[in-house]
Amino acid sequence: MPRVALTPEAADVLRRLRADHGELMFHQSGGCCDGSAPMCYPAGEFRTGSADVHLGDLAVGEFTVPVWMSAAQFEHWSHTHLTIDVVPGRGSGFSLEAPLGVRFLVRSRLLDEEEL
Amino acid sequence: MAKYAAPGQPDGVVTYRDRYDHFIGGEHVPPAKGEYFANPTPVTGEDFTEIARGTAEDVDLALDAAHGAARAWGKTSPADRAAVLNKIADRIEANLEALAVAETWENGKPIRETLAADLPLAVDHFRYFAGVIRAQEGGISQIDEDLVAYHFQEPLGVVGQIIPWNFPLLMATWKLAPALAAGNAVVLKPAEQTPASIHVLVELIADLIPPGVLNVVNGFGVEAGKPLASSRRVAKVAFTGETTTGRLIMQYASENIIPVTLELGGKSPNVFFADVAAQRDAFYDKALEGFTMFALNQGEVCTCPSRALIQSSVYEQFLGDAVERTKAVKQGHPLDTETMIGAQASNDQLEKILSYIDIGKQEGARVLTGGERADLGGELSGGYYVTPTVFEGDNKMRIFQEEIFGPVVAVTRFSDYDDAVKIANDTLYGLGAGVWSRDGSVAYRAGRDIQAGRVWVNNYHAYPAHAAFGGYKQSGIGRENHRVMLDHYQQTKNLLVSYSPNAQGFF
Repeated sequence: MPRVALTPEAADVLRRLRADHGELMFHQSGGCCDGSAPMCYPAGEFRTGSADVHLGDLAVGEFTVPVWMSAAQFEHWSHTHLTIDVVPGRGSGFSLEAPLGVRFLVRSRLLDEEEL
Repeated sequence: MAKYAAPGQPDGVVTYRDRYDHFIGGEHVPPAKGEYFANPTPVTGEDFTEIARGTAEDVDLALDAAHGAARAWGKTSPADRAAVLNKIADRIEANLEALAVAETWENGKPIRETLAADLPLAVDHFRYFAGVIRAQEGGISQIDEDLVAYHFQEPLGVVGQIIPWNFPLLMATWKLAPALAAGNAVVLKPAEQTPASIHVLVELIADLIPPGVLNVVNGFGVEAGKPLASSRRVAKVAFTGETTTGRLIMQYASENIIPVTLELGGKSPNVFFADVAAQRDAFYDKALEGFTMFALNQGEVCTCPSRALIQSSVYEQFLGDAVERTKAVKQGHPLDTETMIGAQASNDQLEKILSYIDIGKQEGARVLTGGERADLGGELSGGYYVTPTVFEGDNKMRIFQEEIFGPVVAVTRFSDYDDAVKIANDTLYGLGAGVWSRDGSVAYRAGRDIQAGRVWVNNYHAYPAHAAFGGYKQSGIGRENHRVMLDHYQQTKNLLVSYSPNAQGFF
């Protein structure tokens, strides 16, 4: 059962970023300031490892974008489904979308019993 | 009631320029690619200036300037560097009102906080590091009668600093003061959400600092922050922000084998033991204020007491009084001195907070007050305001585990001491915590048992210089706000000197 999804608006931003930067990835950040938000990087820019969980791959037409989260954080998120959306915004760490004047955002809902 | 005029108004105490370039080598330098980005005030949502959109070329230029200045600056006497820091403090103090208004307009926080906390703390912080660098001593270790180890502290050279947007001037000060005191040259990247107020400060102090010792490059994280953090020409990176970016900065640092200091936030428990409610006295009132501290700086503080744990036997009474206290928090124009809570720093921050309020409700947490965006009317309708929000729920819920960075507290109950410590430590983070009790023994033991770098006992949100600040667990690495921060900006040089006239005996 998919844990992650994408709004059409976020998919449009990913298409632009893909054209400029090549293959992409997300890593959901915890912590302060620009945290608690999905960070978008060129694939491989952020090195994932045994401390991370692969939540799924977002299909954006002909390409896909993997979504990662730290395993420790996943323990607290595992009962929720995440939809990556985009809102007007300014900064987001080193995430690729910020110069476009937008920022990715996670919208959450509880997984129902069938999904769990 | 008094209300300050907005920057640039005829009766205003400060004026922003229409545009800010980088500050490199003591000069205002336009961005290499010639691009600028608009900077809105969160008070109204309107743009008030534009900022250089820096790129790797600008970072390189700043690093050139810093490397050109670092050697001479590192050779100045501690007395000379302390004098510079003291002059910076004096200059901030003499312009405190102007800087406070500039900071409030930039960040959205209430003017009474910038006047009473952000700027006075910045003044004191520069003075503190002026003092500790004068008082710092090296070491002499006598290994044996003829062999002596001398230990000297030497500056790292050129360091990179990436500043958050929640206290733009104070957090820049926390990083700048120890770095400059220790004799380093700095390339500093302000947050793109709050890029302007630092330039008001830099213009005030530019004549006090040798050119190239302090360089400010603005821009977006991915375009200016990344080239700085990944540069082979910085000897250390200091960052305050979120965990994923912190990990990425550590990854870059591992490629260059340089140290980092990281302050990455928290989910700080504020623990109220039953005896707090034993009397309705001044201490009880203080504890209620302590609960309400989650709304300080709109909750945009890494140590926001965003989890309140209240002992079951007094839970209903204390929480009821705390909610009333929260409802009395005055939300209004940030430049009004009566205002207690202002605007969130950016639109995306507002959206994120609202998304967390949504998941909190979905998970079954109960909203006791607040829980919505506030429309304050008039020119403030375009600003980013959230009413102080009290949730009641369970520590397993996401609103108890994730940093919302807004005026949102999640409340739950505990049965006894062990239960309190267990819930308090059931978090990925360990930056701050609060403990409230009339029993000094309980307060002491809880303070020691909670895994956090800063535990406030019977107070909260005080940040005096000379009290070490930093995180356990995923909250980061390093201790700011204390002389130990000098160690993070210095090398240890050991001269091992033989006074023996005789051969060592190997060959």
